[in-house]
Amino acid sequence: MVRSPFLPLLMILAMSGRAEAEDATYSLVIKDHKFQPTEIVVPAAQKVALVVKNEDPTPEEFESTELRREKVVPGGEQITVYIGPLKPGRYEFFGDFNPSTARGHIVVK
Amino acid sequence: MLATAIIVFREVLEAALIVSIVLAASLGALGRGYWVSVGVGAGVIGAGLVALFAANIAAAVSGVGQELFNATILLLAVGMLGWHIIWISRHGRELATSARAIGKAVISGSRPLHVLAIVCGVAVLREGSETVLFLYGIAASGGVGAVSLIGGGVLGLAGGVAIGAILYFGLLRIPTQRLFAVTNWMVLLLAAGMAAQAAGFLVQADLLPPLGEAIWDTSAVLTEDSVLGKALHTLIGYVSRPDGIQILFYLATLLGIWLLAEWTGRTVPPPPQPSAHRPIAT
Repeated sequence: MVRSPFLPLLMILAMSGRAEAEDATYSLVIKDHKFQPTEIVVPAAQKVALVVKNEDPTPEEFESTELRREKVVPGGEQITVYIGPLKPGRYEFFGDFNPSTARGHIVVK
Repeated sequence: MLATAIIVFREVLEAALIVSIVLAASLGALGRGYWVSVGVGAGVIGAGLVALFAANIAAAVSGVGQELFNATILLLAVGMLGWHIIWISRHGRELATSARAIGKAVISGSRPLHVLAIVCGVAVLREGSETVLFLYGIAASGGVGAVSLIGGGVLGLAGGVAIGAILYFGLLRIPTQRLFAVTNWMVLLLAAGMAAQAAGFLVQADLLPPLGEAIWDTSAVLTEDSVLGKALHTLIGYVSRPDGIQILFYLATLLGIWLLAEWTGRTVPPPPQPSAHRPIAT
């Protein structure tokens, strides 16, 4: 294992971050290489947690260039990404491994 | 097959650009082929392992294992790139002088090539693991035949390596005595961009505050989805809508490494050679 001075620091950050987190949660499901729902409405100027559950047996990567988010969702697993606080607008996201079918967007109001 | 090739190309591109810069930055150093191969080889094996344990990594540390892992290896690469720059700032003048004297640079000595091997390894590991997962996904879902899968993979790989080769041979056209000044700046920007990327992962995991979202927005001009945008994202850390903390990490890395290099460079006696900072144009 590589000894990195950053890791202990990150662990401390991780624990401190977890303790206070009580953010609004929104859910997405991946099935047949598609997102359900394809539109999520979230409030502006507020950090929210987005839970992405992959019901396909194959891995997917939740990605959004506009939100600067990318996270692999292994088959049958779920992940959480934090987004915001965002300005009002429309933010596209897609599945990086199936970009032709797995598409959706977040509307921030 | 084309769809597969395009996705593999996009993943390979980033790693290929980084390996090309490393190859140019270590031009003439003895054993660089060995160390770069070790780095790339270890990266490929690591990519397979990361893909295999993707579910475990994702579930680790209350679900933010993936972000912590990415941020940690990115910051490790930043450290290695910084080390390289500082080393060059101490020895760069000897390198340039001996390169000119011999004509073709053959530089021996204690050049820390393992540092660059780690950078190659990290680059291949990150992009490679996504490629493996993607290819596994289409193989497992059975939608595409083996020929299309392998053909697409090879085509994408070849495309990414070709762009890397263009960058490498482009860099070799720079006169040898100025090459390391150029690659040093490229390595510095690479490090700053990686630090900003690491900050992005820590924001995504809610471990760091964003300190302002989309400080500016140049996505109308160039998005990171395009090949040029992705290449610039890798090379200089281009982000069309950066978080405040990403800008902070970028500038702190840029300034931190540059000041350290200046400071260590000053502790060696300067030989009479003032041409290092002049533009590349001839």
